[in-house]
This record gives sequence, structure tokens and C-alpha cells, in this order.
Amino acid sequence: MAKEIYTKYKMAKYLRKEALPTALCPGCGGGTVLNAFANAIDQLKIDPRDLVVVSGIGCSAWIASPYFLADTLHTTHGRAIAFATGVKVGLPDKKVVVISGDGDLAGIGGNHLIHAARRNIDITVILVNNFIYGMTGGQVAPTTPFGAKTTTTPYRNIEHPLNIAEVVAEAGASYVARWTTAHVYQLIESIKKALQVKGFSLVEVISQCPVQFGRRNKMKEPAEMLRWFLKNSIPISKAKNMSKEELEGKFVIGEFVNRQRPEFTEELNKLIEEVAEHFGLGGKNAD
Amino acid sequence: MIIRGDEPEQIALLKKLYPKGNYFMQGDEAIAYGAIFAGCRFYAGYPITPASEIAETMARELPKVRGYYIQMEDEIGSIAAIIGASWTGLKSMTATSGPGFSLMQENLGYAIMTETPIVVVDVQRSGPSTGQATKGAQGDFFQARWGTHGDHPIVALSPISVEDSFWETIRAFNISEKLRIPVVLLADGVIGHTREQIRIPDPEEVEIVYRKLPKNDEEAKYPFGDVDGSLIPPMPLFGHGYFTHVTGSTHKETGLRDVYTPEVHIKLVNRLHKKIEKHEKEIEKWKEYFTDDMEILVISWGVSARPSLGAVLKAREEGIKVGLFIPKTVHPFPGKKVKELAKKVRAILVPEMNLGQLILEVQRYVNDDVILKGINKIGGVPLTVEEILREIRGV
Ligand SMILES: Cc1ncc(C[n+]2csc(CCOP(=O)(O)OP(=O)(O)O)c2C)c(N)n1
Ligand code: SF4
Repeated sequence: MAKEIYTKYKMAKYLRKEALPTALCPGCGGGTVLNAFANAIDQLKIDPRDLVVVSGIGCSAWIASPYFLADTLHTTHGRAIAFATGVKVGLPDKKVVVISGDGDLAGIGGNHLIHAARRNIDITVILVNNFIYGMTGGQVAPTTPFGAKTTTTPYRNIEHPLNIAEVVAEAGASYVARWTTAHVYQLIESIKKALQVKGFSLVEVISQCPVQFGRRNKMKEPAEMLRWFLKNSIPISKAKNMSKEELEGKFVIGEFVNRQRPEFTEELNKLIEEVAEHFGLGGKNAD
Repeated sequence: MIIRGDEPEQIALLKKLYPKGNYFMQGDEAIAYGAIFAGCRFYAGYPITPASEIAETMARELPKVRGYYIQMEDEIGSIAAIIGASWTGLKSMTATSGPGFSLMQENLGYAIMTETPIVVVDVQRSGPSTGQATKGAQGDFFQARWGTHGDHPIVALSPISVEDSFWETIRAFNISEKLRIPVVLLADGVIGHTREQIRIPDPEEVEIVYRKLPKNDEEAKYPFGDVDGSLIPPMPLFGHGYFTHVTGSTHKETGLRDVYTPEVHIKLVNRLHKKIEKHEKEIEKWKEYFTDDMEILVISWGVSARPSLGAVLKAREEGIKVGLFIPKTVHPFPGKKVKELAKKVRAILVPEMNLGQLILEVQRYVNDDVILKGINKIGGVPLTVEEILREIRGV
């Protein structure tokens, strides 16, 4: 039955059929992200042969690897961006995309995230922020809202969440945007932009994990979580005129930066040409 | 399809940049040059004493051969990046010392599980922890073998001089490429920082191995299967439209995850072991001196092998019938050979710059009636000929 539905689905051509149905829980935001990503690829007419998708470990890491039909590298927890860095240097003409969770990319992998943005390497990161460690059973994440309940903050979370989009924008990325799974069309547009920008791009997607987060925070239905996102989302233009107190608990959505900065693999290849010239080794086709 | 570093013009380029002849350099530099001759075109690393000169040499030399150098944010990122690069067809290496090697262990396991050819150099220094950061040691023998988790094979080589570092680095790449396994080069701080004369050969003199690529789409469908009975699957590189899925989780021959079927795990992990066992003879390498008529055997590795040879030569002058065995491949350990030699002697001495590591491996191949004794020294100062000779005389 599930297989039948998948074959009727317009984007099924982008999916690894033998890996379906996905292992994501019913109502998980991961499906929306996969859908948005497939639509972005389809609209841009990107040939999946020109794509390498890398992910870490977690539910969100499964969204594209194995499900997306491209070269996919499913790595160790937190290290996807570092693996992707090697892939991008080896294949500078391909689109290298990282799709993974907030725990993976901003918790254990926070260092790689910041430094890839600083380096401005041409990788697109889709960071699925569900406020929780879903795969391991709902422990606190670096994004868990202050006061929220998780299995490791059974009384309440006393830590402050990390504002990932802001940090990555500050670190030097070329493109940063944030949406929620309730903003699908904007999300697709942002993924398209991110894929086209030369440089490091991050699209943070606030996504529902009804099973591990919602259930413990009075939103066990996926729809309740989407309503929560919609009710509390503030466009970045409006947020600019609001105080920190007013923004507490709100989701600022929109584009954070969109700018040109020298990109790492281009600079690296330029440097190689300069060195080759300096040592009298001639251009690429010289002997 | 060409793997970077294999282009015909590379030979001419190497000849021009590094004309054959005698050079005076450090062990660390020799490792870097060995890597370049072996076709390494991607290096990612993080500075640490006494391995930093490898990074510095690579940063300077790699762009000249159109290779890539990148300094990552840490060692975990470094090994991750070289694994990623290897899947695009770049021969890749990283180098570090004990603390960094510890950080790399999780991804070393990943490279084993995903059969990714990479070379990881550990220029051992004195530990535990930050220990004597600038001093050499031989304390990572077991970290190389058992540092990562789970059942796994590994290959580790150990050079005994600066010139040997050049050639063992090339051998590390060749084994890694041929068998699709990460190879560890267990160098040490003493050799890494020693300057010696070495001969740089003509690039044609160097035998270079490149990984097997799939011959057709059908073969590419089984990146982790035994498609030709060699136990080593051809490696479908990223970017060629094969849609390969690579995961460190237990996977079927197609690459797709299956972590619930015991048979899938058993088959995969056993094949990983078997492909190394099958090629053990090719991988194993050692040097033997005076083992025909010996009564005492010295077994020593890496930096300690040289004073050991000095001591054995002196002892021979004194008429003591002593032989020397130097394993250049420390994992898999040439145990069968040691077992054979051990039968001929009444005593075995094992000099090393630690409190006893190689000796534990040797012990497995030695009967109880043989005296087995370590000659151990820590503190960052290498063993001397005199120290070893004294023990030979005394045994
Ligand atoms: C080194 C390491 N530490 C811990 C784990 C266990 N682990 C697996 S997934 C995960 C968290 C995933 O959280 P997140 O990235 O937010 O993804 P989600 O499942 O919520 O989508 C952890 C801690 C691991 N696999 N490796
Ligand atoms: S646990 Fe949460 S994040 Fe993981 S699949 Fe289920 S709903 Fe999605």
C-alpha cells in the first residue's frame, strides 16, 4: 500500500524506491523537508547526478540519505559538514548538500558548522530543527526552548537555546534563511536560493517532532505543532523593531543574509593556478 | 576515468619539482614527499607536535602538483574531510599525533566500515594525555589496532628511518588503495624530527597502485559486494551518476542500511576481516638479521629498531649468537614468522619506547620455555645501543 502511494507521488522519481517507505514517524516534519527539497531540485532542474547529499546521524539525517536518489554519504554523528568539505573540494562543480538535525549539526557538530560558514565553502546545509534529540528518545537539544520538558530535563529546561541562523550568519555564510514546516512554499524558494548561491548557505527549518517533543510539551498532534509554529512566527523585517523580551519564544523567519563573499573552493583552485604559474608549471593544459 | 595524481603529465612534473638524487630532510618531510609520489592530492589536518611539519610540507608542495591542502578546525573534521575527498577519487591523507589520533578513532572505524582508502599518519609522542608533547615515543601500538570500536581489521606500518618513512608512506597508500582500507602509518617523533640524507628516486621507479573502479553500471550497483571473488569491491566514485549510498551502519552489498538482520552484519564484517587475511602475505613485511644460527632474538619496531641493530652487530662482534627481527608491518602482525623464529631461540628481547606493548603481541607466538623480556624506556629519550647490548649480554 505504502509503495503504491509513493509511486503515484510526483517527486517519487527522486527517491530510492527500495528504501521506501521512510522510517520517519507519521506526522514527522522530516517528510515535509524531503518534499520541499525534492521540489526545489525539480524546479531548478538539477540533475541528481550533479548532486551529492551528506548527512550525519539522527532522524533528520535519514531525510535524504538514503531516501534521495543521488550519491549519498551517511556519516558519523555531527561530522556531515566536515565530510562534505572533502567532497566539495574533490567535486567543485557538483552541488553538495547537507541535510541533518539540530543536535547533529549544531550540537556535536557545532564547530564544523561555524567554521564551514567562516570558510564560506559552497555547501548548502538544510538544518532540521525539531528542538529535540528525536532518534535517541527525546533528550534535551541545544535548541530546546527554555522551560521545555524532555527526557533529560524532566522538570524543565534551564538552558538557553542556540539561535542557529543568527550564529551562522554572523560566522560568515553567504546565505542564511529560516522557515518552519508550516511555510512550505517559502521554504522551497529558500532552498532554491541556497542551492544557487555561491558560498556557504544554511536553511534552518523548524520542524515538528510530535513523538518526542510534542508529546511531552502538550502538542502530541502534528497539527497542534504546526499551529504553534504559525502563531509564533515573526517575519524578520518585523522582528527588527522588536525587543529581545518581545521576541522571547518566537520564531523569527525569513532571510537573514544573502551576500557575496569569496568562496573557498574557488579560492583554493585560484591559489593552485597561481602557484603553478609561479613555479613555471604552466596552465592547466600545458605540459 | 582518471584518478587525480595519475595523469601522464604528473611524472614529468614530479621529475621537474623533485629531481632524483640525495636530499637532506626530516622524517616528517619524507612522509609528505612519499605521499606526493604515491599520488596523494588531498590533505586535511590540524597542527600538532611532532607531526606539524607534515602539514607544513603538504601546504607548500601540494599546490605545485595541483593537490589540495586544507587546515580543518580539528582532527575529527580532518579525517572526515579526507574520507569525503576519497569518495570523489582523490588519494587522501591526514597526519597527527597521539591526542589527535584518539579524536580520529570514530571516523577511522567509519572508513573501515565503508571501505574507504585513506592514509592516517600518527607521529607518536610521549603520553598519556599531553604528556611530553615534543618527545617521541612508541605508545600507540594498541591504539592503532584497537582504538576504534567493534570488530575490525586494520593495517599499520612502522618506518625505521627517514628514508624508510618515504617508502613506507608509498606502501601505505598502495595497500590502502588496493584493499580499500584505511592504513595507519605509525611513525614516531624521533624519526619525524631527525634529519638524514635520503635518496629521492625517479617517479618511474615507484610502483603506484590505484583503487579498482567499477567496470560497468552493474558492478557499480554493489559497492560493498564481492563482485569478482577478490573480496574487494570496486569503488564507484561520487559524481559519476552511480547514485551510490555510503553508510557506516551495517549495510547490504548495495550499500543500503540493514541493521536488523544478523546475517547481513556477519557477512559484511567477516568479509572486511577476510579481505585482509587473504592478503596478509602481501601486507606483511619485515627485516631479519643473523637469524640462521641465533640463540637469542631481538624483536624491535620503529625508532627502536636502529639501536637494536647497533646492539646486535656489537654483540655479534663479541661472539654472542643474537639475531634481529624488525616487523615493518605491525598490524597485521607477522606472528607466524615470529612463531617460527621463536622455536630456534632460548631468549627473546623486545626493546621499545614504552612500558611494554609490542611484547604483548609477541608473547602470543612464544612458548613458555623461552625467556621473554622487554627492554623499555620512557621519558622521551630513545634507547641506546649500550642499553640494549647490556641486556643482550645479560640474558
Ligand atoms: C558520537 C555519537 N554520540 C551520540 C550518538 C547517539 N545519537 C544518535 S542520533 C543523536 C541525536 C540526534 O538528534 P538530532 O540531530 O537533533 O536529530 P533528530 O533525531 O532529532 O532528527 C544522538 C545523540 C551517536 N550516534 N554518535
Ligand atoms: S522521533 Fe521525531 S524526529 Fe524522529 S521520526 Fe519520529 S517524529 Fe520525526
